[in-house]
Amino acid sequence: MIENKKYSNKYNFAFIDESTKKEIRRKLLKAVAIPGYQVPYSSPEMPISRGWGTGGLHVSLALIGRDDIFKIIDQGSDASVNACNLREFVQMMTHCKVTFDTTEATLIQSRHRITEEVLKANQLFVFQVPQPEPLRGVERYENKTRQMHGEADYAKMWVSLYESFVRYGDIMLGAGYPVKVNDRYIMAPSPIPRWDVPNLNQSEALFLFGAGREKRLYVVPPHTKVEPLEFEDVKFDIERFLGKSCYRTGSGKAFLDELFLDDGSKQFVVNDSNYLDKLAAGNPVRQHVNKYLNTIQS
Amino acid sequence: MSGIKDNWLLKVRNLTKIYGEPNENTLKLTGPSCNSNICPETESIVACADVSFDLFPGEVLGIVGESGSGKSTVVKLLYFDMEASGGAAWLKPFSNGHSNMLDASNQQKRFIRNHLMGMVYQNPRDGLNFRFSSGGNIAEKLIMAGNLHVGNIRDRASGLLDKTEVPVRRMDDRPSSFSGGMQQRVQIAKAIANNPPLLFLDEVTTGLDVSVQAKVLDLIRELQQELGIAMIVVSHDLSVIRMLTDRTLVMKNGRVVESGLTDQILQDPQHEYSQLLVSSLL
Repeated sequence: MIENKKYSNKYNFAFIDESTKKEIRRKLLKAVAIPGYQVPYSSPEMPISRGWGTGGLHVSLALIGRDDIFKIIDQGSDASVNACNLREFVQMMTHCKVTFDTTEATLIQSRHRITEEVLKANQLFVFQVPQPEPLRGVERYENKTRQMHGEADYAKMWVSLYESFVRYGDIMLGAGYPVKVNDRYIMAPSPIPRWDVPNLNQSEALFLFGAGREKRLYVVPPHTKVEPLEFEDVKFDIERFLGKSCYRTGSGKAFLDELFLDDGSKQFVVNDSNYLDKLAAGNPVRQHVNKYLNTIQS
Repeated sequence: MSGIKDNWLLKVRNLTKIYGEPNENTLKLTGPSCNSNICPETESIVACADVSFDLFPGEVLGIVGESGSGKSTVVKLLYFDMEASGGAAWLKPFSNGHSNMLDASNQQKRFIRNHLMGMVYQNPRDGLNFRFSSGGNIAEKLIMAGNLHVGNIRDRASGLLDKTEVPVRRMDDRPSSFSGGMQQRVQIAKAIANNPPLLFLDEVTTGLDVSVQAKVLDLIRELQQELGIAMIVVSHDLSVIRMLTDRTLVMKNGRVVESGLTDQILQDPQHEYSQLLVSSLL
């Protein structure tokens, strides 16, 4: 009997049909050409609802090839529910190799973190973005924010930072600290902690941002200037874990999670699970380098 | 003579704003002679038409008229709050007065608004952002002009608030917790933050009680004398006009019906509407 191989897979490779993939890639090319600019895109239906990581998934599935090695993390962890489910889905749809190892992966999808380990030129880094518009907090109308971006009219954003400083004595933005990309667009780096923000600057890897619910794509190309907004006398700084260190590895030079153990005691642990495993196993591992990290003794 | 003539700060010619779709008869069928600014043929509304004047550095020009006469429209067109239907305006510090500022790009208009003009609205809610502190409102103007040093911004803001007699310790409070007169003074502080050569005042004292009105007017006069800012004062209140201005335009139904020295207009009004206005002064 002749076996029909063409239709043995119910779905197209990587789930999305080829013409839609093409559309997403075209929009990504535009986003690469204008760093930090939000490009509207189709945001097609996925088997999960919009706003649950569909933006990142669109980008990953539009770009993944058969030889890619896929890694996905959720708040630094390879093992959280969101990461496990999306990993399983991507693997079912592509039969690509998946990994936990940051160095091995060629395509990394992430929610709310950049890996602690340094990224290389052959790696794509995809963010799932809930709110792509950095100005939404100061201006609620989309037509206004688009005009503000078009004219680089960012005074309101700056005033909100000024107000935060005046009211609380510091710029109280934990995650999603606004950055200026390539001296032009103000961009929301998705809710990554301030710890990760300097790592966007002049990176080897290509950072791609997908916001499925808001239907926007934007990109930070490799070797692009990314600066957090700061005043001449009130500077940006990363989180400081003053004297705290990871209870498993002893490292104080990584983004730490607060952890309550079974006996009720409070401990700190390295947030990035793969980085933690490598440190705990004593494997060599290279961290990002930036001027803020350089001030911390490891 | 030519030296004096060239000395203008703001030159406005045939400034026009029409809502709706006018036809060729619209301007003829509206205006004070028809006692209407609604065109009977097209029902388009002529908010103001053919307004022309020159303003000289340090001069205070009054625009007076009844409600709906188009006086606020004139300053809003010049401050780019609305887009003009026709006419031209030149501002000396903008490209040395060679290009029509109404045709400028949005970026250029924003530059003009931030560096070369200030506006004080009747309602402080139009001029201030009530979600920001009063210091933050002033900071917005300073940041727009490229000042990104918090210490300097706060020094300048407290200096301005001090000058406009707002207690400096209220700098970090929102204007919503201020009295009407204080809100108006914060608005004035914001408007003059970048030392603009030109200031628009749109019915600034309307809605304030009489003693506060007097204080605000005193403040404006002091600032005018101290800083030499040219001003356009819009008011329906002739006593405000008399107190502040050197020269006055009287407007009715969107047209200028009379213009001249303020004293002259108040003593010897020529147009029948001006006569009515002066005679009805309490």
